Amino acid sequence: MLRDVTIGQYFPGNSLIHRLDPRFKIVITLIYILMLFTGSNVVCLAVGAVYTLIAVYLSRIPLKMFWKSVKPLLPFLLITAVLNILLVDSGDVYFKWKFLKITSGGINISVFMIIRIVLLIMGSSLLTYTTSPITLTDAIERLLSPLKLLKFPVHELAMMMSIALRFVPTLIEETDKIMSAQKARGAEIDTGSFMTRAKNMISILVPLFISSFRRADELATAMECRCYNGGEGRTRLRQLRAAPRDVIALVITLIFYAAAIAVSIVFKLLTQ
Amino acid sequence: MENIIEISGLHFSYPADDGKEAAEVLKGIDLTIKEGEFVAVLGHNGSGKSTLAKHINAILLPTAGKVVVGGIDTADEKRIFELRQCAGMVFQNPDNQIVSSVVEEDVAFALENLGVPYEEMRRRVDDALKAVNMYDYRQHSPSQLSGGQKQRIAIAGIIAMQPRCIILDEPTAMLDPQGRKEVMATIRKMNREQGITIVLITHYMDEAAQCDRIVVMDKGTVALDATPREVFSHVEKVMEIGLDVPQVTELAWELRKAGCDIPQDIITEQECVEAIQKLFAQNKAISR
Amino acid sequence: MAILETQQLTYTYSIGSPFEKTAVDHVDLKIEEGEMVGVMGHTGSGKSTLIQHFNGLLRPTSGKVLLDGQDIWADKKRIRDVRFQVGLVFQYPEYQIFEETVFKDIAFGPRNMGLDEKEIKRRVLETAHDIGLKEELLKRSPFELSGGQKRRVAIAGVMAMEPKVLILDEPTAGLDPAGRDKILSHIKAYHERKKNTILIVSHSMEDIAGFADKILVMNKAKLFCYDDTEKVFGRAEEISAIGLDVPQITKVFLELKKQGLDFGKEVYTVPYARDLLLRHLQGKAGEGQC
Repeated sequence: MLRDVTIGQYFPGNSLIHRLDPRFKIVITLIYILMLFTGSNVVCLAVGAVYTLIAVYLSRIPLKMFWKSVKPLLPFLLITAVLNILLVDSGDVYFKWKFLKITSGGINISVFMIIRIVLLIMGSSLLTYTTSPITLTDAIERLLSPLKLLKFPVHELAMMMSIALRFVPTLIEETDKIMSAQKARGAEIDTGSFMTRAKNMISILVPLFISSFRRADELATAMECRCYNGGEGRTRLRQLRAAPRDVIALVITLIFYAAAIAVSIVFKLLTQ
Repeated sequence: MENIIEISGLHFSYPADDGKEAAEVLKGIDLTIKEGEFVAVLGHNGSGKSTLAKHINAILLPTAGKVVVGGIDTADEKRIFELRQCAGMVFQNPDNQIVSSVVEEDVAFALENLGVPYEEMRRRVDDALKAVNMYDYRQHSPSQLSGGQKQRIAIAGIIAMQPRCIILDEPTAMLDPQGRKEVMATIRKMNREQGITIVLITHYMDEAAQCDRIVVMDKGTVALDATPREVFSHVEKVMEIGLDVPQVTELAWELRKAGCDIPQDIITEQECVEAIQKLFAQNKAISR
Repeated sequence: MAILETQQLTYTYSIGSPFEKTAVDHVDLKIEEGEMVGVMGHTGSGKSTLIQHFNGLLRPTSGKVLLDGQDIWADKKRIRDVRFQVGLVFQYPEYQIFEETVFKDIAFGPRNMGLDEKEIKRRVLETAHDIGLKEELLKRSPFELSGGQKRRVAIAGVMAMEPKVLILDEPTAGLDPAGRDKILSHIKAYHERKKNTILIVSHSMEDIAGFADKILVMNKAKLFCYDDTEKVFGRAEEISAIGLDVPQITKVFLELKKQGLDFGKEVYTVPYARDLLLRHLQGKAGEGQC
């Protein structure tokens, strides 16, 4: 059922990673992504892997959850891996058929790419698993706040994001309900010809749109009643305060980043 | 007591759609509500009761006439935030008025908008959550709550503004009996303990029966304005307007019609039990 | 033979996750043809889950649902047929309306059944009449109608499939008393004419008392009771104890009984209470008045 979607799911907890300042977490994640893309060999990715595993361990989130976020991308990963293996032409040739070749270079690239993407997914999942979407939006708003000087609508964007987040569960539930209701009237949503399915999608989308507009309208009135007047002069209940641990986490990440670069250079020198 | 809401000669029409004539929804309403009163507004759909409510905190402005709330004319644009702090509003659909994905942040929403400093905001949010008995849920996501709980959060979001008056537009229409009880208990508590004036729009007679005063709307005018006991004693008129009376009132009325000597202002179960007992006691006396 | 039957019907949500919850727990039930059944229970008692099994929207985790003695899941391909035979009207059904005209929206179900235009037209006209929608409304956009009218359009959309069993989940939720009475009286008239089986879920015992032959009460995923209306109200105290509201009038007569005025009957509607009281008063007083 639709209810089981896990994208961007937050796992409440009180681990060290959970308690980090979300602004730092975002910056750290960005450095982490840089780290994965700086190194261009398997050994340097190992540094990234060690870093990831330590962070995952500290977060107390079961590995199963990370598998869940990697799983949907597996087909994509496998297809690109196979293409890489068959099409990349470098190093020793193990197998050859017409223009298709399996070479050591191709295998290396495939393995490298898979590890890099899996690490990428794990790292960013760690961010969303340990930070509630609303905190995340809040942190983005604050990180981007200098842009306000350039008349960039930071507050409005953040407000839109947080309202969207607020209504995701509501709309999922609603979609579920409308689907059931139309199925009860004999609409074929999972079966039937393309045309009937398209027609039946309309029977779901139209009510969903109408109800979303109704909700938007009512929400706007309710917000007005609570004196909403844009970002000007607003104060916040959620206070973000950086603690020493945030700085330490940032420093550790930077050390790993430096290590990744160092390892990468050393490796390059050794292999040449 | 001071009048908190003063409505005089209120007329309202929605702007005409092209080709169609503007229909007048409110046709001359005069109504005053005293500070601390607990007033129910009854009426069938389309009677104008929601439109009336929306005039109290300036979501709608009169086509003619005047609405003054807490000394502020609702047409005074400069004082609109002051007005909305004074008279908060809770709506029917609990889902469509919650802004944030965290309960306490939703309760803080109005205070954030008003620029209340952190320390004070924290205190007011906690107090409001405790007042509606939802303090333990402050870190929850609204989607994990029941309808009744969501509605209490919406009430807390208003309470945090420390209003003098709360207008509730059918707050229980979409709730189950449990949720309705929770919300009614919360509203009554706000009225009794904090002296907040309550204007409750509803079509549940049992809820209206708990109020000090009932205003019955019909076709854009005030049809009846009295205590629950008086209003429900007009059984025929209330039914003609398309509303219910409590079952006990209906029974008493039916019995009176059949010639029984039973008071017509029965609105509680206890009164009904006593009246029937009395009837049978008299009956015995006669048959003897 | 029972038209609907469940055998040890069990349904568990989110098996294997921390949110695992049994919503319907070993329910055995037989609903006879032509009955008007009131379905009650708390939010979360399992009643909504239960009714979604009757038309195959949910598939039992274990146990069976039989329609006319046939296991509805015996042949998966038949499940769409089951949905035409057991019509389910959801809560706030007006939110599922999507066509440009009332006619088309009511015709959606019959059209999915693959009926010909003539038959579709007959059914739309007939159900519109049954539910009290004037013919001139059929050409209008459903979105221009009032809330109560929209709700009736949505109900007509399911009725037009002419199901053997019609299930309505809180058909009067959120309506004002006039709108509520209108819908209930139309459903009642439809039932009397068609003699089909109808299940109505409602939180309002006072509404249910007015029309149901039988009452089904769910509590904590289990079948609490399924019996004649009068017998169920005979257990009014137990029903109050599981947190459901009994009609005000029933409460009054329970209290009278406690105080020593026992009429030996369960009372759950006002007209019945009036007649009962008058009969007793007159019976003792002899002639005419009291």
